[in-house]
Amino acid sequence: MAEPAGRPTLSVGERLRPYRVILGARMRAQRQYRASFVTDIVGTLLVGVTEFAEVWGVFHNVPVFGGLTYGQAIVVFALSNLCFSLADMLVGHLDTLPQVIRAGQVDAYYVRPLPVLAQFMTSDISLRRIGRLAVALVLLVVGLAMAQVAWSPAKGALLVLSTVSGTVIFSALFTVAGGAQFFLINGPEFTNGFTYGGSYSAQQPQPIFPDPVRIFWTFVIPTAFVAYLPTIVLLDLPGDGFVPRWLAWASPAAALASCALAGLVWRFGTRHYQGGGG
Amino acid sequence: MTRVLRTTALLVRSGFRQQTTYRLALLAGISTNSVFGIIRAAIALATVASAGAAVGGYDARTAAAFVWWGQALLGTINLWGFSLVADRVRSGDIAVDFLRPVNPMLVYLAGDVGRAGVGLVARAIPTLAIGALLFDLAWPPGMPSAALGLLSILLAVVVAFLGAFSLNLSALWFTEIRGLRLAWMVVGGVLCGLYLPLPWFPGWVQSVASCTPFPSMLQHPLDILSGRIAGADAVSAVVSQLFWVLVLTVVGQWVLARGRRRVEVQGG
Repeated sequence: MAEPAGRPTLSVGERLRPYRVILGARMRAQRQYRASFVTDIVGTLLVGVTEFAEVWGVFHNVPVFGGLTYGQAIVVFALSNLCFSLADMLVGHLDTLPQVIRAGQVDAYYVRPLPVLAQFMTSDISLRRIGRLAVALVLLVVGLAMAQVAWSPAKGALLVLSTVSGTVIFSALFTVAGGAQFFLINGPEFTNGFTYGGSYSAQQPQPIFPDPVRIFWTFVIPTAFVAYLPTIVLLDLPGDGFVPRWLAWASPAAALASCALAGLVWRFGTRHYQGGGG
Repeated sequence: MTRVLRTTALLVRSGFRQQTTYRLALLAGISTNSVFGIIRAAIALATVASAGAAVGGYDARTAAAFVWWGQALLGTINLWGFSLVADRVRSGDIAVDFLRPVNPMLVYLAGDVGRAGVGLVARAIPTLAIGALLFDLAWPPGMPSAALGLLSILLAVVVAFLGAFSLNLSALWFTEIRGLRLAWMVVGGVLCGLYLPLPWFPGWVQSVASCTPFPSMLQHPLDILSGRIAGADAVSAVVSQLFWVLVLTVVGQWVLARGRRRVEVQGG
């Protein structure tokens, strides 16, 4: 293959170098103010714990909720929280896009020779979310032990597959929300309902929802794939027959569809942008 | 006295006007509150259904009303606090507030009551209408309950403001209060009854909550408006709110007086 003269070919490693450098710098920066970093981690840890207080409160009153026992519901909660805190850590800072757009700082991203979305995604990595991630991981272990899962290689694979797909689904939701900010300008709360609301819905045993709501959280915004559907298969539960059990294995498809939508919305958004004026 | 009243009225109005400027933000708030309302109501109804009877005094209709009034009032009662005053402490602008002839607490309270007024008209009513369309909600059992509920909303707005105000002023000592604010939000979120009605938690959680102002910020008005409590119980809930208004006013004024001597404006 003939390369155009005078243009050096870059290996993949070299191409990714700018992102690696930026991310490394961001991570070092966050650890500079040690006390503040520790307080932040404790803060996100507390957020995780209080979110769990809701599940704990419900099961203080009833033994079965949405067809699940306490341990089973903990697995759903923990798996969804694990995916969400991973996505939040990786791309949660897309949330700050409304301020960046209003301040006119977004222009700087356009003039750099790297894709805008890639720059945004790597512009930060919120290490402090480790607190919430830790709560999710501990609860996942506790929940799986309480629910006495009968492990098999297939189930191990499903757990990994679901974690990856769930993280991708939430990341895609953040990206859709980000792309929409170019149109909304001052309405970040519009999309909060679907990012944070999506995360909240994913933590629930889906049978508690009325059918139309369930269809929405399965086929429109696919957060049911993040935790509830995989948990049914992991724990050998019969489910309630609303959707077939094998759908748990289709989480990569849901993740891909979310990504396609995110790509479209982001493209529309960034092309719609006309400048900060000034 | 009349001058103070007139100044306060003007400040309330400007707070009202400031909020009505952002109409899209109001609509956005309604949509998010409604999404969460649908999820929270599903959780509450599934709990009641699973128990097969009223849980902690809430049957299906009162539980749904509790959830939707809670979502509706999120834009009215400032549960999450604010950082405006703390930011002014950091930037030194707080010195200007101290120079004004009106008590800073009254200035900010007036602004917040104006903001709450917009929240009630433009956010609470539409959100509640959506909730009433989608779910079967219980209503206050009579006019006295409804009137008491409205008074309870106002007191909740004041309690939430006063708590957040004192917290903000602690910036005079700590400068950065992000951690404190987060703790306030996290603890308050559970103890005010936003996530689940307080009576659904074990007794010790309720005992802890009753020693804090948090139930006065949401749980009490919600209980009155959903009709879970009425008559003497409702009156005693409002009295406990009045108690917290008094306590937090005294605390706020004390912090203000102590803090005034600590103001440090750099540069300038």
